[in-house]
Amino acid sequence: MTVATERPAGPFWRRGRLGQVFEIAAVPVASVVLALIVAGLIILASSVVTTGSIDWALPFVAYGALLQGSIGSLSAILNTILQATPLVLGGLAVGIGFKAGLFNIGGLGQFLLAATAAAGVGAALATAPAPVAITAALLAGMAAGAAWGWIPGALKAWSGAHEVVTTIMLNSIAAALIGWIILGPLLAPGFSFGRTGDLGNSILPIILGDNIHLGVLLAVAAVPVVWWLLYRSTLGFEIRSVGANPAAARYAGMRPKFLTMFTMSASGLLFGIAGSIEILGVSHFMIPSYGTAIGFDAIAVALLGRSHPFGIAAAALLFGALRAGAGLMQVVAGIPAEIIDVIQAIILLFLAADIIVRHLFRIRAAGGIADLTTVTSSYGGRAS
Amino acid sequence: MAESRPVLEMRGITKRYPGVLANDAIDLDLRPGEIHALLGENGAGKSTLMNILYGLAVPDEGSILIDGTPVEILGAHDAIDRGISMVHQHFMLIPVLTVAENIILGEETMANPVFIDEKEASRKIKAFGDQFGFDIDPDARIDTLSVGSQQRVEILKALYRKARILVLDEPTAVLTPQETEEIFAVLRRLAAEGHSIIFISHKLYEVLEIADRITVIRRGKVVGQRFPAETNEGDLAELMVGRNVQLTVDRGESHPTDVVLAVKGLRAKDDRGREAVRGVDLEVRAGEILGIAGVAGNGQDELVEVLTGLRKPSDGTVVMDDTVVTGWSPRQLYEAGLAHVPGDRHRWAMIMSFPLEDNLVLTSYYRPPFARRLVRQDAAIDARAKDLIERFDIRTPSATVAVETLSGGNQQKAVVAREFSDTPKMLVLDQPTRGLDVGSIEFIHNRAIEMRDAGAAILLVSAELDEVLELSDRIAVMYRGELVATLDGRGANKEEVGLLMATGRRDPDAVKAAS
Repeated sequence: MTVATERPAGPFWRRGRLGQVFEIAAVPVASVVLALIVAGLIILASSVVTTGSIDWALPFVAYGALLQGSIGSLSAILNTILQATPLVLGGLAVGIGFKAGLFNIGGLGQFLLAATAAAGVGAALATAPAPVAITAALLAGMAAGAAWGWIPGALKAWSGAHEVVTTIMLNSIAAALIGWIILGPLLAPGFSFGRTGDLGNSILPIILGDNIHLGVLLAVAAVPVVWWLLYRSTLGFEIRSVGANPAAARYAGMRPKFLTMFTMSASGLLFGIAGSIEILGVSHFMIPSYGTAIGFDAIAVALLGRSHPFGIAAAALLFGALRAGAGLMQVVAGIPAEIIDVIQAIILLFLAADIIVRHLFRIRAAGGIADLTTVTSSYGGRAS
Repeated sequence: MAESRPVLEMRGITKRYPGVLANDAIDLDLRPGEIHALLGENGAGKSTLMNILYGLAVPDEGSILIDGTPVEILGAHDAIDRGISMVHQHFMLIPVLTVAENIILGEETMANPVFIDEKEASRKIKAFGDQFGFDIDPDARIDTLSVGSQQRVEILKALYRKARILVLDEPTAVLTPQETEEIFAVLRRLAAEGHSIIFISHKLYEVLEIADRITVIRRGKVVGQRFPAETNEGDLAELMVGRNVQLTVDRGESHPTDVVLAVKGLRAKDDRGREAVRGVDLEVRAGEILGIAGVAGNGQDELVEVLTGLRKPSDGTVVMDDTVVTGWSPRQLYEAGLAHVPGDRHRWAMIMSFPLEDNLVLTSYYRPPFARRLVRQDAAIDARAKDLIERFDIRTPSATVAVETLSGGNQQKAVVAREFSDTPKMLVLDQPTRGLDVGSIEFIHNRAIEMRDAGAAILLVSAELDEVLELSDRIAVMYRGELVATLDGRGANKEEVGLLMATGRRDPDAVKAAS
């Protein structure tokens, strides 16, 4: 069947460049729609439990409030962007790993360690000129994240230890380690609880509205930078090659061990930026029990965004919007904010159940979810 | 046989895909006890036709009759219920289960509601195998079996499901010559017992040997039907390709000059740590083709991997162009002028999900003009793709389609295009035409001769003895990790080389004496 000379037929949105985007985005978009419908049914069911009768309007009220709270006003939009910021960086971190056939579940540890490093250096330079203090604190965070990502990369390259196992273990180690660091060398005196010192000049300046800090620009910039790295540079070609076919990459003269370490470090670095700017721009100090689901949310974002930087940005904005609007929804419709996690989980279920979504929406197959396949095939795989 | 009613008739089958007429009013009939070969190039429409028969595709026009009754086949289950069974090129067996478990899968005999009666299943499969003359251990795990044995398990599985019509899709593509003979014996026996077999292939000599009748398909149409007795390879090749095909290459005189590759005392272990290459010495000169013949699994894979930097040798030296290159990486060897067409295209030579143009620079992507420092140069990559697509006649809708959408022949042409175009000094060709149709084989063979005449040193490794005999200026026979003999390519005869491949010795009496 090599004589395909005519252009493939079909509606206009399935042709040409637009068609390529449609091919890639169809299932994620359909999954989001389905998830919102299923969550709507859950909200309906909850109305039976709470009021004793079906409140048909409740899902619409809830989703209305969700929209209002996420894009209904300028401050709502800015809040969405702020919520999306760490998700963009984390999504890119996991996505770049997927491209190399690596599954970085260690985002949490990389984030926490970077946050601690940034908080420590930021506090130490609290009285230095702002540009110096901010740059140093950011660099410290990025270095800490990259180093914590490099460890599982090196373990995989040299011993074949699977990164899923090592990153999970390193999460626990990081959590214990930051407790020791924050309550030890970095402990700020004079507070009723253990925390790092005030940041002073290291705090990221607010550039828009009440809470959009300078770090948001870093997240915005990271999207094209990662895209350029993956698709325009030879290094990105190597990363994608190793992920798609490690044997062929070796045949082509690429260095799988170096690429494994590089990619894990880059992934850790991106989580490191996320951790640093959350501290320097939002929390302004670090505590031992800092709670975040970034490590896992980032995986969801990367999967929904199909590991493509632009897709990840879109997915992060969506999840950011859900989070930004959840509060208003809780107040207006009485639906707990946790429904957001339910929606996120259902989206992932539908993404994994590719075939069901394709069947429901009559989307023809285009090779399944490449990134899920990549991850599962790398599972138990040997570093070569 | 001719007057008996066909068990299967496909009438006027037409199937259109966007931009392609895959099947164009195809008629095919199959008689009881007949082995009917379906011959055609890659992409001629054989697989589409069989997918329609198996219910995996719906024809746009045409009808299917079984025992004279029109039927509609809606899916694989439907096909199996009607006695049609397909043995795929890539086996559908579960590697960690035993033979018996694989065969009974879906029709388990239960000892109780929870557990399968393994003993009963094993006994039943053994008896069933014996009935058809299959020598198979029902308790062996699939992943411990050779490819040939796995294929017999697939056939047994089909028979166990009471198949009367057996479709085999390129069954010999993955087999050694010996295994091919064994499977042919099985097929003949099945046919003699009344089973009807559709045998899909593009290997001419095979269909001539096994088939009772041959139907040739080209570009979706039936272009002819022949009985083996009244045709020959040349006739079939012309029907299949649509033009006169040279089945033998005009290799001309070779003019070897300096030694390019010199290997001394080379030893290497396989993946399981057993010594697979056991003291190989060889020399390849510029302007000559050294062919290595051997039954698959005699250390050729490991030898090629060592020479191309994919495997570290345990002992010995490799010298290329007067430089010791033992243990060099693939990148270092590439830069020193080595090109490599790997035997396993899917594993080594291509990234199937990547665009054709990326695969055409898979080994050279990092250097000018395809990259400046770290930046890919799309214009140069694109220009190279266009050039190679034209020069090597790679048939593709565009340079940006994923290579997995191309036919096997065109994929291999792309690999050859990439490896031949960097003007290598040393060229390692490992099974360069495995699984390809005659048109592509002819093309690749002619290019290899051109490369030789342009002064490249070529090492050819092939399990196809005919290919080695046709192309090589000198032939070395590899047996159990050693090169047991080197012969002149022009004087060598098939029987002599075949004997060396099988026994490692020239003289059969010496073998008897030694054993």
